Amino acid sequence: MDITSLARFQFAMTTIFHFFFVPFSIGTIFVVAIMESMYVHTGKPEYKKMTKFWANIFLLSFAVGVVTGIIQEFQFGMNWSDYSRFMGDIFGAPLAFEALLSFFIESTFIGLWMFTWDKVGKKLHLFFGWMIVFGTMTSALWILTANSFMQHPVGFALRNGRAEMADFGALLKNPQLMYEYGHVIVGALLTGTTILTGLAAFQLLKKRNLSDINKKIYRKTMRLGLILMLIFSAGEIAVGDMQMQYTLHDQPMKFAATEAVYKTTGEKAPWTVVAIANPKTHEVKGIDIPDMLSILSYHKTTGSVKGMEEINKELEKKYGTHIDGRKMDYYVPVNTLFWSFRVMCGFAALLFLMAIVGLIMTRKNKETLYNHRWLLWIFALLTFSPFLVNTAGWLITELGRAPWTVYGLFTIDQSVSPNVSVASLLTSNIVYFCLFTVLAIIMIALVVRFLHNDPDEYDKAQEASKVVDPFSKGAI
Amino acid sequence: MSFLQILWFILIGVLFSGFFFLDGFDFGVGMAVKTLAHNEPERDQIVSTIGPVWDGNEVWLITAGGAMFASFPYWYATLFSGYYLILLLILVGLIIRGVSFEFRAKCAPYQKNIWDNAMAIGSVMATFLFGVMFISMIKGMPIDAKGNISASFFDYFNWFSIVGGIALTLLCYLHGLNYITIKTKGVISDRAQNYAQALYWVLYVGEVVFALLLIFQTDFMRVHPIATLICLVLIVGFSVAAHVATFINKQGMALACSGLTLISLVALIFCGLFPRVMISSISSKYDLLIHSASSSNYTLIVMTVATCILVPCVLAYTIWAYWIFRKRISMPRIGEVK
Repeated sequence: MDITSLARFQFAMTTIFHFFFVPFSIGTIFVVAIMESMYVHTGKPEYKKMTKFWANIFLLSFAVGVVTGIIQEFQFGMNWSDYSRFMGDIFGAPLAFEALLSFFIESTFIGLWMFTWDKVGKKLHLFFGWMIVFGTMTSALWILTANSFMQHPVGFALRNGRAEMADFGALLKNPQLMYEYGHVIVGALLTGTTILTGLAAFQLLKKRNLSDINKKIYRKTMRLGLILMLIFSAGEIAVGDMQMQYTLHDQPMKFAATEAVYKTTGEKAPWTVVAIANPKTHEVKGIDIPDMLSILSYHKTTGSVKGMEEINKELEKKYGTHIDGRKMDYYVPVNTLFWSFRVMCGFAALLFLMAIVGLIMTRKNKETLYNHRWLLWIFALLTFSPFLVNTAGWLITELGRAPWTVYGLFTIDQSVSPNVSVASLLTSNIVYFCLFTVLAIIMIALVVRFLHNDPDEYDKAQEASKVVDPFSKGAI
Repeated sequence: MSFLQILWFILIGVLFSGFFFLDGFDFGVGMAVKTLAHNEPERDQIVSTIGPVWDGNEVWLITAGGAMFASFPYWYATLFSGYYLILLLILVGLIIRGVSFEFRAKCAPYQKNIWDNAMAIGSVMATFLFGVMFISMIKGMPIDAKGNISASFFDYFNWFSIVGGIALTLLCYLHGLNYITIKTKGVISDRAQNYAQALYWVLYVGEVVFALLLIFQTDFMRVHPIATLICLVLIVGFSVAAHVATFINKQGMALACSGLTLISLVALIFCGLFPRVMISSISSKYDLLIHSASSSNYTLIVMTVATCILVPCVLAYTIWAYWIFRKRISMPRIGEVK
């Protein structure tokens, strides 16, 4: 085992685990803030109970998201010190802004929001909630500014053996950032709605003797979730399509790999629906639909898509066959990208369809959805889909950038810390793996445990026993 | 060295000062959960003193790390890759502490003890190892010509760094006790004050040993004798002031002084390092300098502008949050405990 593989494995593991919780919390706090807005707007207590109940799911995901996020910041220095030296001038600033602008807002306003129910005015409390949303959303903007630079470097100059920032505005105007941010944020919102809709479905399935108020709250959660699910899944399909159009020109290798195209197609490109590609022989065995790839890529019936073989030759010409004495291979892991792309698109389409079905079946006075347990089960099981889909999306983005860390400027082999030993990396991999396994098990167990509660009783119990109340009457 | 480079060196110091001042008492409170409280309601009372604020305090560390990455990438790269296993353990400590707040509130009652232990152990691990890291750093690490550290066990753990780690842990613990004294009512507040009164005597021993080791093990007295002496005097002086304050029941002053002790320690480290950021034990020509470890002038300008706009806002709403949570936390009244 070499240090580069171990460091890459660690990056994949820590980032994937962290990103289970990031869109989870961005999405759930947004939905929860909408619930609270409905409470403030209508004054109906059921919305308040709904808000307070689902907020707990957000808090659990946020807790794990925060602590696994620190690993990300440290990891660049620990495992990728040469990358940090090369990129620090550009990469560090968005990270610092993320902390200054977003993390402080998130952490402070979560504290305020959690501990000031009924202590401050309703509108002020709602303001706290939306500030958390603002914090989480700007946080994503900054980190994606950094990531977009790695995908598509802009506004820099190569000086003193490193990439130096030349134009901060250009970093923010990076076209890659617009698509990537839109894609990630809408995806996060879709994640949050899918999870809360699914958990409400679980509650309705699991508990046959729900009181009327609880039943009403869960049904309202589902209805709200379905409306948002329709908006966000449609939005995600649109943004995803725009991003792929952009990728086709900006990183053709990534695009070709997601469609498993080795040889440049004719003017009428067939679309491979499912396939197994052989990266050695460049054979692709699958089912094709004629002309479809041209339609998907260019939104018209003609247009050829460049194959990976041709792109590889172009890249070899542009960047050379050797960098730092290492033989370069510009191919990316084709099967992983191909199948990740199908998982991503498949679930987006499924969520869109299910949202329509769900909305039709939850119309006023025609709430037939709740009589079909098998349909509720589909929504319940879809709770888990965002984790898979988000991971698939990042696998495409990051693996599709290989062999670069910063596209066209700096390779993965150049990035790794030269002084960290295999033993150290192995140790940290094992430690993180064990830690994440334990955290995941506990997280799931605590969500399950919390869902033994119901919104009505939970709210009453909270009111009755304020064991630790910073505002209790005895206080000065 | 340009003005901006020096400014950012100082700002990194300010950020670490903020981290140790604020998260310092969180760590102390975390340790107190297992050492000061006698029963579960007391533990809840202690944890709730930092419940709403600890997360914001930890952001100071994340900001310090991010700012170091942005303004001194070579320092960040050398320090973080060189202190690999120590930082791994610090992360483990921070993680188990961080999740314990939410997990202890939501777990089954019989599991609560696990998370209280996690909070205490995580707090001790993080503070002790931060002490070891910073103190071994000022002693000098084997940094080669390319700025990489290839150190052995004893470069990290030696008498000086271990004393430093213990002293920092004790300082944070005392800082936490002072915080609990001011933020709680009743028996816990009194007990925290009594503990602090006794433990300061131990701290003095630690500080004297630390000061002696510093004089012999680092070049601080040779490079910056006056600044080093002033900082050492401040460290001891603020400790004594905090100690006196605990006896005359000036709780706010005790907390402020224990915080200032921590800030003086950061000041000692940063004054002594200047104009370097890392000291090489191989050769002084491999030292990382403020001058050569920093980012480009343009990046520093961008960072400075952003900081000037954002930091006043951060301070404003942080202070507002503390003001909203300014009241003392009492024990739950009988009959209210589930």
